[in-house]
Amino acid sequence: MKMMSGAAMVVEALKDVGVTHVFGYPGGAVLDIYDALFAQDDVKHVLVRHEQAAAHMADGYARSTGKTGTVLVTSGPGATNTLTGIATAYMDSIPMVVLSGQVPSNLIGEDAFQETDMVGCSRPVVKHSFLVKRAEDIPDAIAKAYYIANTGRPGPVVVDLPKDIVNVMEEHPYVFPTDVSMRSYNPTVRGHMKQVKKAVASLKKAERPVLYVGGGAITAEASGLVTQLAELLQAPVTCTLMGLGAFPGTHEQFVGMLGMHGTLEANKTMHNSDCILALGARFDDRVTNNVEKFCPHADIIHVDIDPASISKTVNAHIPVVGSVETVLEQILNLLTPEELPEQKAKLADWWAQITQWRSRKCLNFEQGESVIKPQKVIESLYQHTNGEAYVSSDVGQHQMFAALYYPYDKPRRWINSGGLGTMGFGLPAAMGVQFAHPEATSVVVTGDGSIQMNIQELSTCLQYNLPIKIISLNNRALGMVRQWQDMIYKGRHSHSYMDSMPDFVKLAEAYGHVGIKVDSLSELDAAMEKCFSITDRLVFMDIAVDQNEHVYPMQIKYGAMDDMRLSKTERT
Amino acid sequence: MKRIISVLMENAPGALSRIVGVFSQRGYNVDSLCVAPTEDPSLSRLTIITHGDDKVIEQITKQVNKLVDVLKVIDLSENAHIEREMMLIKVATRNEAIRAEVKRNADIFRANILDVSLNNYTMEVTGTTDKLDAFATTMAQCTEIIESSRTGVCGLARGERALRP
Repeated sequence: MKMMSGAAMVVEALKDVGVTHVFGYPGGAVLDIYDALFAQDDVKHVLVRHEQAAAHMADGYARSTGKTGTVLVTSGPGATNTLTGIATAYMDSIPMVVLSGQVPSNLIGEDAFQETDMVGCSRPVVKHSFLVKRAEDIPDAIAKAYYIANTGRPGPVVVDLPKDIVNVMEEHPYVFPTDVSMRSYNPTVRGHMKQVKKAVASLKKAERPVLYVGGGAITAEASGLVTQLAELLQAPVTCTLMGLGAFPGTHEQFVGMLGMHGTLEANKTMHNSDCILALGARFDDRVTNNVEKFCPHADIIHVDIDPASISKTVNAHIPVVGSVETVLEQILNLLTPEELPEQKAKLADWWAQITQWRSRKCLNFEQGESVIKPQKVIESLYQHTNGEAYVSSDVGQHQMFAALYYPYDKPRRWINSGGLGTMGFGLPAAMGVQFAHPEATSVVVTGDGSIQMNIQELSTCLQYNLPIKIISLNNRALGMVRQWQDMIYKGRHSHSYMDSMPDFVKLAEAYGHVGIKVDSLSELDAAMEKCFSITDRLVFMDIAVDQNEHVYPMQIKYGAMDDMRLSKTERT
Repeated sequence: MKRIISVLMENAPGALSRIVGVFSQRGYNVDSLCVAPTEDPSLSRLTIITHGDDKVIEQITKQVNKLVDVLKVIDLSENAHIEREMMLIKVATRNEAIRAEVKRNADIFRANILDVSLNNYTMEVTGTTDKLDAFATTMAQCTEIIESSRTGVCGLARGERALRP
C-alpha cells in the first residue's frame, strides 16, 4: 500500500481517473496541492487569470470531448469566482469536477480568512458535492465525484478540501477504488420495453413525424443513431440550441434549429406534427413559447435520462426514461425497413408542406454594399473554415447568428452556454477546446459586450500559445438587449450602448497577439483569409457590423411555437 | 391538496440541506418536516407535508428522487397509510376549576401530563394533525396556552408496502 500526503493523494487520484488537464489558480488553502502538482508531469495544469474562466475552460474541454473537465481553486474568493462557471455547466448538463480548497477543519465556521461555505454556496447549481473530512477519504471522494459528474444526466460536482487534510507533512495509505457503486445513485439507462414498443407504434403510425433533438443526444454520443433513425423514418429533424450537430446541419432532412430564434420551417414542422420524438431535449421556455398552445396535434414521445425532465413543462404522452443512445438502439431493433414500407410515399404530403415553409427562406438577409451584416460574417467564417471548426460562442445576437448561419455537421463542434446564457463564456470555452484538440481550429464568435467579460484570458492564451481565432461582431452595443428595447421599449436604449470602447486591435497586440480590424464588406473576405492563414498565433478580428440588425425569425411572446416575426415588419 | 412525501436517504452531512434546498429553489411548499435516523443508522427517514396539484407533486417526488443522497421517495397519501404527529403543550392552570377542566380534556384526548408546576401543566398528545389542532383549540377555550411545539407528521404505509433500501 502506497503511503502519501493528502495533497499527493489528490494528484494521484486525478491521474487514476485519467485527468489530462486541470484549469486552476493557486491560493493559500491549496498550496499543498499545488506543490504536489509541481512534482509531476502527467496532469497538466493551466494557470488562468480568473477562476470563472477556469470553470468555462473545463467546460469547453468537456463539451468538445465528452470527458469530465477539472477545476482547481483556492478557498473563499477562488471558490466563489467559479460559481457562474459551475451554474453554466449545471444548466447544460456538462460533466465537471471542481476541487476547491477550504480553510483548515478546526477553523470552519469561524469566519476565517478566505473562508466560504462552498458546499452551501454551490448547492443549487451542482449535481452533488463533497466536503472531505479525512485524508483517507480523498481517493474515494474523487472517484465518486467523477463517476457522478459523468453518468446519468451529467453535471458539475464540487469537492471541498480543508487545508489540514491535504497537509504535506502527514502521510496516509492511498487506495483508489477499482469500482464505484452507490446504493442511492443508479441512473436508468435502458428504456422500459413497454414504453419503447408504444413509441415504435406511434412512429409507425405517424403521418407528420418530427425528431426534436437536444443536447442529450450529444451527451449520449447518439448522433449516428439519430441519423440512422431519421433516414429510416424519412422524418424531418430539428435540433435545439444545445443539440446542434447531433444531426448533420447540411442534411436534406434538417429543418434547422427550433424555438425562439428557430427557423420558420422548424417551428412550423413542430407545430403541425402529429408525432414528436424528443431525444434528450427538455421542452424549455425558449423552445415551447406558450406551453398552452404547444404543438396541439402531436403525440409526444419523450426520451430522457432524467425522469424529472419528462412532463416538467409539456406533458409527454409516451415517456421513456433512458439514455438516448440505448433507447434509440432499442427502437431501431424493433423498427426495421420492412416495418416501414412506402415510408417515403407516406410522408410525401408532409414534405411538400415543409418544402413550402422552406421556400419562405426565413434566414435571408439584405447585405448592402458597405456596412457588414453580422450574418454575412458567419457565412464567411463557415466558408473559410470549411464548416469544420470548433465554434465557441458568447451570448447575445452573435450567438444566434452563429447557431443559425453555421451548419454543424458533427457533434461537439458547437460550444455555447445555452441554459444559463453566460456572457464571457466564449473565449475560455474555446481555450478548453484548444487544449483538448491542439491541432483543430478553435474559433470564438463573440461581441464587443461579451468578450470584455473574460478578456483577461488573452494573457493565458499567450502563455500557452493557443492559436484561437476570435471573431468579434462589434456593433458598439449590447445587441440582443438593444433588439428587445427596439421591439418592446419603443427604441429607448437604456444602458445598452457601450461608450468608450477599447481599441481591440491594440488590446490584442498589447497581449501579444494579432489584431485585425474590418470596417467594410470589401475587406471581409481578405481579412478572414489572413486570419486563418496565421496558424500559430491568436488572431482577434474586430469586425464592425450593422448596429441596427435584429435576429429573425423570432417567436412572438405568449404565442404558439410558430407565431413568429420574420423581419421588422412581417409576421406569420 | 395535502400530501405526505416520505423519503429514505443517506444519513450524511448536507443531505437534509439538499432536500430543503430543492423545495426552496423550485418554489415548493413545506408545511411540516420531520426527520431522524432509521433502525439502520446510515439511513435517515424524512417526512414532508406539502401541498400542490398532481403536476407539482410529481415534480417534487422526481426532483427529490434525483438527489444523489436519496434512495427512495413515495407519496404516502396516494395509498392507505398511518400518520402521527406529537405535540407538547404548556397551558396555564391558575385555579382549581381550570386545572380540573384541563385534566378532563386531557383524558378525553388521551394526552399525558408530563410536568406540573404551580401555575401550569405541560402535556404530550399524539395523533393526526386534525386531532392536535382540535386539542389546541379546546385548550385555548379552557385556558391560556403558554407555548407549544409540534414534531411535524411522520408516517408509514399500511400493510405490506414499505420503503426499504
